[in-house]
Amino acid sequence: MDALLQHLVNGLVLGGTYALLGIGLTLIFGLMNVVNFAHGEFYTLGAYATFAALTLAGLPFLAALAVAIAAGVLLGALTERVLLRPLRGESIDSVMLVMIGLWIAMQNTELVVWGGVAKSVPHPFPTAPLVLGPLGIAPLRLFVLAAALALILGAHLIIQRTRLGRAMRATFQDADTAALMGVRIARIHTATFAIGSGLAAAAGALLGPIFLAYPSMGDLASLKAFSVVILGGLGNVAGATLGGLLLGVAEELGAGYVSSGYRDAVGFVIIILVLLLRPSGLFARAERVG
Amino acid sequence: MKPLAVVLSAGLALTVPVWLPNPYYLHILIMAGIFAILALSLNLLLGYTGQLSLGHAAFFGIGAYTSALLTLRLEWSFWLGLPAATATAGLAGWAIGRLALKLRGAYFVLVTISFAGVISLVSVNWMELTNGPLGLPGIPAPSLGPWSLRSKPAYYYLVLTALALAYVVCHRLVHSRIGRAFLALRENEALAESVGIDVTRYLVLAAVVSAAMAGMGGSLYAHYTRFVSPEVFLFTYTVTMVIMVVAGGKGTLPGPLVGAALFTVLPEALRAATSWQWQMLAYGVILVLLVFFLPRGIVPTFTSEGPSTAPSDTSPRIRLRRRSRRSDRC
Repeated sequence: MDALLQHLVNGLVLGGTYALLGIGLTLIFGLMNVVNFAHGEFYTLGAYATFAALTLAGLPFLAALAVAIAAGVLLGALTERVLLRPLRGESIDSVMLVMIGLWIAMQNTELVVWGGVAKSVPHPFPTAPLVLGPLGIAPLRLFVLAAALALILGAHLIIQRTRLGRAMRATFQDADTAALMGVRIARIHTATFAIGSGLAAAAGALLGPIFLAYPSMGDLASLKAFSVVILGGLGNVAGATLGGLLLGVAEELGAGYVSSGYRDAVGFVIIILVLLLRPSGLFARAERVG
Repeated sequence: MKPLAVVLSAGLALTVPVWLPNPYYLHILIMAGIFAILALSLNLLLGYTGQLSLGHAAFFGIGAYTSALLTLRLEWSFWLGLPAATATAGLAGWAIGRLALKLRGAYFVLVTISFAGVISLVSVNWMELTNGPLGLPGIPAPSLGPWSLRSKPAYYYLVLTALALAYVVCHRLVHSRIGRAFLALRENEALAESVGIDVTRYLVLAAVVSAAMAGMGGSLYAHYTRFVSPEVFLFTYTVTMVIMVVAGGKGTLPGPLVGAALFTVLPEALRAATSWQWQMLAYGVILVLLVFFLPRGIVPTFTSEGPSTAPSDTSPRIRLRRRSRRSDRC
């Protein structure tokens, strides 16, 4: 029982960051219809930006996190302007190929810049776990969970409460009508990609200190993000949040009780099963007709 | 292609070991031949039916492992291992095709990636069968009667024969009724269905042939390098195949050959000058540039071959408003 509780807590910590990744991707995928294979690279960028800000610039931890998120937002906006805007209206396959190209290029740029050796990202939290009854949880993990939840809340507020969010929702529902109402679709796309990439970078910045920063870390992150998006349904932010937490817990339980070698298979299996059995996602309301 | 060009290139290909006896160059040509088979197989799906499979390395790997295991554990001959690898990969293609081809576009792509991911994890974790990450060394080289095909020129001819076979199969297929059905459903699936083309059946057929051909390539690769490890499932292989098809010209038969030759020789030529990560970086950039500046590929751009742009004009001018139904999310 204690082991189960411990797995659940660890799963929630992982799941919070998966949710961040998933929300970013579901916005980009749902609103722009871009299958963003480079999503995981923004996650990697976040981890390395944190590392650079901490060790090279000597910034405090929270400031380093902010730098990482800003780097993700800026590079995301740049990517949209340079690569995606000229391809609007092209087939989804062409855009997919461009994103695969960007993925490979970004990953190997990281390899060239940082080398293949994993970097451990320093953090200011004490390493002794907080013991709460039968549970032991590292303060860093607690912080990661809290920060992830705060960022999820922030994303939710941006989408639901701001003018930008309203324009994003309108574009998602019907881009043509939104454009007729004066929404500048091109700007909404830039903002969406920037926010999505910023969230991915935040996830990388948060998980970097728990695991390590290495160039290929984004591959698995992309996989997790796609699983979360498919689990939650395309463009469904609440679904991505729940899906992320669910995936984190499922992986932790799978690794704990089945086999740790197949931990990453959970994501693949979820993608296959959900797409084949319930393609609109687990949390979609019944599709309206007409 | 014109008959003269066919005769010339066939003559050139057949006499290579005579005027180019350097084993290193032959090695590059053998790898180019294997990749040409893989690119041809991917082109059937991507170029002719328009379905982007990003799990193609899985069929390559399944072929490599099947052939390796049969010859190592059961001591089958290569000449049985090769067809068995082809058949096993084809069977996997049938299974995944039946399941995944209900989906289209991004969802199809994601299922194919996930399939390749699961197979790759199985190859790492099923120690008893695959020897895990250590891989299977000592795969025997094929022999023909008393002659071993271990030498580079001999293996070159083996790969060339297999490539010719794959090319002929592709040629016959795309110039038949089946090939016309492929093109019809690529250009306009609803229209194709309305004239009585069983879309799913044809797509599954394409997936089976494509996967089987990739499996054959895998078997040839395994018996050439004589070692397989889970690395054969690396996404890099899939990406390389995609780049070859897209660069050469998808939906044309010579396209994948040109792409495979170019993207096997180019990295080798650059190898002395740059390290692996710079090369991969260049791959990524090249892929982006291709989509922007050479979207139809080399062969269609410089010859009259390849898909004409006219048939796509039959697609409806007014976009169907499917998106408006998703109003209560986001």
